[in-house]
Amino acid sequence: MTTNIIQKIENQQRRIDHYFVKPGDKIEVHTRIIEGEKVRIQIFKGDVIAIKNGRDNNRTTITVRKFSGGYGVEKIFPLHSPMIEKIELVNRGLVRRSKLYYQRLRKGNAARIKPKNVW
Amino acid sequence: MAAGLIGRKLGMTQIFKEDGVVVPVTVIEAGPCFVIQKKETEKDGYTAIQVGFERKEKNVKRPAAGHFKKAGCGVFGKLKEFRVTASELGNYELGSELNVTMFKAGEKVRITGFTKGRGFAGVVKRWGFGGGRTTHGSKFHRRTGSVGQNVNPGKIWKGKHMPGRYGNEQVTVKNLEVVRVVPADNTIVVKGAVPGSVGSIVYIKK
Repeated sequence: MTTNIIQKIENQQRRIDHYFVKPGDKIEVHTRIIEGEKVRIQIFKGDVIAIKNGRDNNRTTITVRKFSGGYGVEKIFPLHSPMIEKIELVNRGLVRRSKLYYQRLRKGNAARIKPKNVW
Repeated sequence: MAAGLIGRKLGMTQIFKEDGVVVPVTVIEAGPCFVIQKKETEKDGYTAIQVGFERKEKNVKRPAAGHFKKAGCGVFGKLKEFRVTASELGNYELGSELNVTMFKAGEKVRITGFTKGRGFAGVVKRWGFGGGRTTHGSKFHRRTGSVGQNVNPGKIWKGKHMPGRYGNEQVTVKNLEVVRVVPADNTIVVKGAVPGSVGSIVYIKK
């Protein structure tokens, strides 16, 4: 009963359309950015290297890593945030871990996650 | 001054605002409460309403049964008085129901509860002392330290921060913002933390 009511509140804001995201995926996160009056969409494309704070609540966050101008950049997104317009899957990655922090030590071609063959 | 509600803390979670800002919230199951008794100036010397929360059926002692009989809406396990002004007293009828609809989203409320008991706590937890080093030959880990001077004053000052019982005391948090009211579940969602453990009784006042 107790947890049911809290879950009910959380479920109202859960984005079921985002649940496909897995570690190793290459994704595009379309974020709504408010600049004064205007709203524009910013796209962040990179690899999911971590999913944190559990999956069965509305507190889930994903860490997306990419290279920008030769530097590794990571961005943490609240998976259920209403500011995320959509998440697009580019490809699934062939990984064997849930947390891909070893990616932080890699550069260039070594940092490439092998795409998973899906057919 | 308006009456309040008795509730139970259900736990914490987070809510996204429309602009994506995450609000940490506490969910409280509050009410329905029933007016059991009205305290009047002529009789009691002050004005207040006594409300009951959570029906009780078993093990009702006869004096308690008599007290609840006057309101005629059952026996309740938890009672609390809320002070109201003499003019407001007429708005409440014996046996009438009070529920979360008395609060609105955006309103500020004050919430009273009992903090989690920490038992016999040391000076670091209880008073926020810094403590000493853990290693490098230190023998002063979490100790109290000096408690005074010498012949003058020749005593320990009253109120000197020392170890002792900590927690399980009544605390009121003021100006908590009501984020959401869900009458269907009798729940009220407020921004921020509320004293007490999950499942403990809290009092919500306007």
